Amino acid sequence: MTGPRLGRAPTVLLVPAVVGVALLVVPLVTLVLDTPWRTLPAHLGSEAVREALGITALSSLLTVVGCVVLGTPLAWLLARVDFRGRRVVRALVLVPLVLPPVVAGVALVTALGRSGLIGQHLPFSVPYTMTGVVLAHTFVSLPFYVLAVEGALRTHGASYDVVAATLGADRWTAFRRVTLPLAAPGVLAGSALAWARSLGEFGATITFAGNYPGTTQTMPSLIYVALNSDPAVARTLSLILLVLSVGVLVLLRERWAVAR
Amino acid sequence: MMRVEVDLPGRVRADVTAEAGEVLVVIGPNGAGKSTLLRAIAGLEPGRVQVGDADWTDLDVPQRRVGYVFQDQSLFPHLSALDNVAFGPRARGRSRADAERVARHWLERFGIADLAGRRPRELSGGQAQRVAIARALATEPEVLLLDEPFSGLDVSVQMALRIELGRHLSDFPGVALLVTHDAIDALTLADRVLVLDDGAVAQVGRPAEVAAEPRTPHVARLVGLNLVADGEEMIAFTPDSVVVSLHEPEGSTRLRWRGTIASLAPHGDAVRLLVHASPDLLADLTPAAAVELGLVPGREVWLSAKATAVSRYAARR
Repeated sequence: MTGPRLGRAPTVLLVPAVVGVALLVVPLVTLVLDTPWRTLPAHLGSEAVREALGITALSSLLTVVGCVVLGTPLAWLLARVDFRGRRVVRALVLVPLVLPPVVAGVALVTALGRSGLIGQHLPFSVPYTMTGVVLAHTFVSLPFYVLAVEGALRTHGASYDVVAATLGADRWTAFRRVTLPLAAPGVLAGSALAWARSLGEFGATITFAGNYPGTTQTMPSLIYVALNSDPAVARTLSLILLVLSVGVLVLLRERWAVAR
Repeated sequence: MMRVEVDLPGRVRADVTAEAGEVLVVIGPNGAGKSTLLRAIAGLEPGRVQVGDADWTDLDVPQRRVGYVFQDQSLFPHLSALDNVAFGPRARGRSRADAERVARHWLERFGIADLAGRRPRELSGGQAQRVAIARALATEPEVLLLDEPFSGLDVSVQMALRIELGRHLSDFPGVALLVTHDAIDALTLADRVLVLDDGAVAQVGRPAEVAAEPRTPHVARLVGLNLVADGEEMIAFTPDSVVVSLHEPEGSTRLRWRGTIASLAPHGDAVRLLVHASPDLLADLTPAAAVELGLVPGREVWLSAKATAVSRYAARR
């Protein structure tokens, strides 16, 4: 123990703290202990699992790409350009953070569903397709990405942009050669967060894109289905998602997980 | 020829001209508007700017051919020294190879070619400042702006860099403006000194003129002179010409003041007194005299100066 000796931690604080830790840790430990290790390779080899894995891998990757392509300029706009209504735009961008995912799904249906306000005019169908999955994932992941990147852009402030401008760089050049490289850690962190959010996304996806094996059935959707029919498969898939999530945490540990 | 007119209500109001090849050193107390003047020339603050035949007033920052050395160095932390210097030429349209050749040339001129591959955090303060100045010059600017380029450096490093910068400035064909807090910069580097006070130009002149006949308390303090306003005239005199006594001096001299000693400090062979009078005055006397008079902070004293030991000049030209 370091620090001054102020006396014992009081029981009234200690007990709830321990209960809290137990609440968070015990279910995960049982998940690991209860994994049917012997049959795990067989479960992983089943077609439904392989398809769901593939869809989750592809959709989460496309979601990250979507976040980077749309979110980076958006974060730059929020961090660097002083326009009217900036606060409103930022607030709107952050709404999906607190929105129940199933509501996000319903909102996407009303906009882009087959009879949705926009969807009815589209020559192609968005819901119940891979596009729909990626769209739903991007909807819920984008705010995480924008927050991380905007934070990174603000840490360095606009002072290097000013230096670049005095050296003759227009804003695009300054963005490419100065702003973005300096915000690279934020882009990485934001991508990891968006990816993690996309991996676990269930509510918006199942509402907007459904749960069709081989087309829109992601890992979480398959887990939900399998829990009734084949609990062992559900546990196996859950373990995989647990490992991936902890992987993201390790990736980000330098930034958030460790409070020093 | 460069002319800049800045009129930012409540901050700075100045109309400054300078010739190509001239080094204009800008001095003045904090908040006098020195940096604002530089920022206006670069386009970071509003102001009318005319450089040669070109009107810069409505140009964006990247279109103005300035080299700006910022107070806090502000080298790009993710780029090597070479890439920092090559950034400007590259942004102004040169090819990568061409820009790197230019950058290498400038690093060589500053004697730091061997540091080309280093990141800013691997450079000492003096090295980083050389890179920053080289970066500003590498774009071949028409106007060079240096905002306290020696602040935060060791005194010995400052001196070496000042000599080096002086050499580069004499080769520089454009207008150079250097903001400083240090009288040495003004005296060694300036062709002309521009004194800003409270957002306005208080004095412009050759360094020797400004040092001999300061018109603001700030400059008087920088060059170590006492300055007293006397109607339409200014009176300047050195601290060692001040006579300190405990009683009201006899005789007819009008040049006498009563005040309390604020501080005593060694100054060369002498003891320097700061006396709170109106205005504050400096007086040098021998340590023996200081002891004999029993001078301590808080003590009330009389100061006087002989009319023959002061210089009088018009407060405004």
